[in-house]
Order: sequence, then structure tokens, then C-alpha cells
Amino acid sequence: MLSLRVGPSTSFHSRRFHDRALERRWRLGRDCFLSFSHHRRGTGLGVRSARSEMTTFTAAEEDTLPDGLQPELMPKHVAVIMDGNGRWAKNKGLQPWDGHRAGVEALREIIELCGKWGIQVLTVFAFSTDNWIRPKIEIDFLLNLFERTLKSELETLAKNNVRISIIGNSSKLPKSLLKVINEVEEVTKNNTRLQLIVAVGYSGKYDVLQACRGIAQRVKDGEIEVEEIDERLIEQELETNCTEFPYPDLLIRTSGELRVSNFLLWQLAYTELFFAQELWPDFGRSGFIEALMSFQQRQRRFGGRKS
Amino acid sequence: MVDQIRRMGGGVSQILEQIHGFARRCLFRVISMGPLPTHLAFIMDGNRRYAKKRGLKDGSGHKAGFSALMSMLQYCYELGIKYVTIYAFSIDNFRRKPEEVQSLMDLLLEKIKSLLDKESIVHEYGIRVYFIGNLALLSDQVRAAAEEVMEATAKNSRVVLLVCVAYNSTDEIVQAVKRSCMNKLVKHSEGGDRDIERIQLVDVEENMQMSVAPEPDILIRSSGETRLSNFLLWQTGNSQLFSPDALWPEIGLRHLVWAILNFQRSHSYLEKMKKQL
Repeated sequence: MLSLRVGPSTSFHSRRFHDRALERRWRLGRDCFLSFSHHRRGTGLGVRSARSEMTTFTAAEEDTLPDGLQPELMPKHVAVIMDGNGRWAKNKGLQPWDGHRAGVEALREIIELCGKWGIQVLTVFAFSTDNWIRPKIEIDFLLNLFERTLKSELETLAKNNVRISIIGNSSKLPKSLLKVINEVEEVTKNNTRLQLIVAVGYSGKYDVLQACRGIAQRVKDGEIEVEEIDERLIEQELETNCTEFPYPDLLIRTSGELRVSNFLLWQLAYTELFFAQELWPDFGRSGFIEALMSFQQRQRRFGGRKS
Repeated sequence: MVDQIRRMGGGVSQILEQIHGFARRCLFRVISMGPLPTHLAFIMDGNRRYAKKRGLKDGSGHKAGFSALMSMLQYCYELGIKYVTIYAFSIDNFRRKPEEVQSLMDLLLEKIKSLLDKESIVHEYGIRVYFIGNLALLSDQVRAAAEEVMEATAKNSRVVLLVCVAYNSTDEIVQAVKRSCMNKLVKHSEGGDRDIERIQLVDVEENMQMSVAPEPDILIRSSGETRLSNFLLWQTGNSQLFSPDALWPEIGLRHLVWAILNFQRSHSYLEKMKKQL
């Protein structure tokens, strides 16, 4: 819906990690929400934004909201469709998996900012039911990347009081990934600072359908009558019942695509939508700030009147 | 003398109208060389803001909105778009001040009845009209008028207009879920279906009120707001979303053309992606 609104110019050059740059970020990152783990140093292509190396920021500056954002108007739940990794890689003459790796880095930054700025739930669309038609090699890489990232980040996330929940149809996922998912959910289930919901093998229609089946089962068991089925009942059965705030206040989709692609159907009834032109690996702090500013300026009426 | 000038003025404006119509039809011929959407949906937002902006009485905004709607429908059907859905009144709107709700209901009744006139757009384009929503929430008069229009236009098949009134997407889904459960229970008790909890997607979808139309290709919301407001959540998963800043009474041909050109651009990209897979 905002195809005419263009984000700040964010042309990035992919570059290799220089030890010096990494070390600088590591020192600054000591108090940061998430820090790079050692074993990633030097592996793959460095995709950190030129911005993060050029701006000098202190830990104190990190914690305060940037100018223009008001703390009382921050959304409680932000949802993100991380679109554009493949196109990003293609534009730079790289392989699709490099794009996905770059995507993970971009996600880290957003998780960090959510934790700092008081956003309580962040839902990310990692893998949709439609994505199963992609080439097997890409799917295997994606699921593998997801598993490795979960394992390597578990300690950091646990330390930073982040709770992780995974939603979606897990029946097609490899067993090793399912095992890691269960472990991660178990270890972090009591954390309270930020809830990170990762949608894997998820589709909005599928979510409503499985809620419908749950309700049908309850009707069959005589627990409820058909006439008693209402919106609240469906809401309770949706997979987003794992959080106190199941409805996103703000949905961000990157890469300029102006559609929701069946991500979170029921839950998006009153969500403010923001479509960013940048591809996901390029969507960083400044893109996020722009989305939040746009959100804070909107008048949400929920069908009523602003009198 | 004054009369002569007036007649000439009338003649000139008629000629201008004809030229405008001709130019429009030429433009449509060019656009229809590319893929056209089958189904367009509109959220007609901004009527009251328009009235305020122009310093008019509150109700005039909605009246101006109705004229804009008629023009938009004319353009869509001229272009050859078969299905048009409009969000006329949401269940949430019942929460507004009683006077406003009543005046909206009065306007709705007046306009629904006018659809049955011989000169109305329904007869001009052979429109089949559906009223989608929880019609039980409407007054008896409005509901009766709506049912009369649906019956009167049931035989039309050229183009379709779906008017969502007393509608909420979540309410539509709840009704569909109820009906699916009910159907499964009936089958179960007749000894047919053993597992009633194995409801399939197709069971829910065929019980949706909007199943009479395919999914919208484009959803246009006027007044610059970018949210779905509980409209067609189930059906717009893959629709292109377009949100011009113009308030609904200000919406015009240029917005429609822009939306369709964008649709054509992304359509070719999507087709290319599908071919690659």
C-alpha cells in the first residue's frame, strides 16, 4: 500500500569481515542485546551494514529511543515478513544461501532493537507453506540454517531473557530440527523480556483450519455446542495463543511486495501494515525506525469514530 | 439570449462528456491488452473526512461517496472486470453514534431500493448483486430490500457486485466454521463421516459467504490508511494491496488505472517466478 513511499537509500556492498571491525563491534556489543558468536568470525561473506561500522554508538545511546519515537506509542507486537533475501543475493551476484545468511544478520539487529525499545512480541515469517515448492537444495539449506542458528543463539537469547516460540505445521520438518525446537522452547519458556515467535511451515489459513478442527473435536466430545462457537473460541485455538498479545499492532513486509501472502490471517484484522522498499538484508535500524514512526502517526479507530 | 447561452453551454458539456468517454474507452482498450484483474475489492474510507474538509454537513460525505462509487463501478465494468466487492458497512461501525448509524442505514435503504430502478446501473450492466454479511443484524426494512434486490438480479450473469454490509471477516469465518461443524455432525449422525474433526480447508471455504466469487486480485483502500480493518482477511492473502491517499469521494479513474498498471507489472513478475519453479 505504500509503494510510493521509498525508504532511505540503502545500497550496501557485501564485504568480508575484517577482524578489526568485528573486534570493534564485539567490544561495543558487550552490553548489547545480541553479540556475534566467535565461531562465525571469518566464515561466509560479511554483510553487516556499512552504517554499523561508521556510526559510533555507546551502550547508553542504544537503550534510549531515537528522536521522534515516543515510548508510549510503541507497538506491543510487531510482525515481520522477511522478504527479499533471494533477490538481494542475485543483485550482488551471490548464491541464494548467502542472501539467507545476510537475512539472519538483519534479523539479529531487529531482535536486538525490539528488546531495547520495549516491544514485547516479535513474530517473524521464516518459512511459509508455499515455500515448500522451492528447490530442495534451498529448502535443506534454509532448515539447516535455522537449526544451526537456533543452537548457536540459544545461550545468548536465554541470557537476554528472550522467550522463543515456534508456530506452524511441523509435520514436514526434519526430526533433528524438531528436537532443537523443543529444547529451545523448553529452556526459554519462562523468559519475559521479549517473545520471539518464529513461523515455520505456517500459513494463516492453516492456522484457522487447525483451530476449526480443535473446536470440532470439542463439539464431538460434547464440551461445547455448535451455537457457542464464537470469535473468542477461535482465538483461543489459534497457534498464537502462546502469547498474551496475539494480534500484531504493526506488520512490516520488505522488498516492496504489496501483499500479505497468507501470513497471519485472523490476527491481522486491525494491524497497521507497512511496506518497505528495501530487501530484507538491507532493512536495518533506519528502516525499522521509519516503520515505527509511520505506525506512531497513524490514527487507529477500529471501525469507530475518532470524536 | 440567456437561454441560448445556456443551451450552448449544455451542448458543450455534452460534447466534452462524449470526448471524455471516448478517450476513456481508448485508454481501457490499451490497458486491456495486458492481464486484467478478475475481481477488485474496495474499502470506501474517508467520507466523513471529505465532508469536514469541504465544510459540508456530515451526511453529504456519504452521498458524495455514493457518486464516487457509481463512477468507479462504471469504470470497472466498462473495463471488463467481472467481480467488484465493496465494504459498505462493518459490524464494528454499529459502535458509532446512534444518529450516524441511523443516517447510514437510511442512506443504505434509499440506495438499495434505487438499484431496482430501470435506469440504475444494475440494469445498464446486467449486474448480479449479492449482499454479504450478518444480515440478521440489519433492520427488517433494510434486510427485506437487500433480499429483494438479490432475488431480482439473480438471473443476471454478466458482472457481479458484492456489497458487504453488517460484515466482518472474523464473523464470516465463525459462521463458516459453525456451518462446517454442523454439516459434519449431520453426516456423522447419518453414519457417513466418521471423523468430524477432520474438517478440510475446502469444507470451510465452501461455507464462506464470499465463496460466490474468486479471491480479489486487488484490494484498494482509499484515504491512505494501510490496514485491512477486518475485511476479506481470508480472501486477500494473495491480493495486491493498494492504498491511495485520496479520500473515497475523491477517488477517480487515475487511481484505478494506476492500481491496474501496478497489478500488471507484478503479475508478469509472479508469472515469471511461477515458470521458474
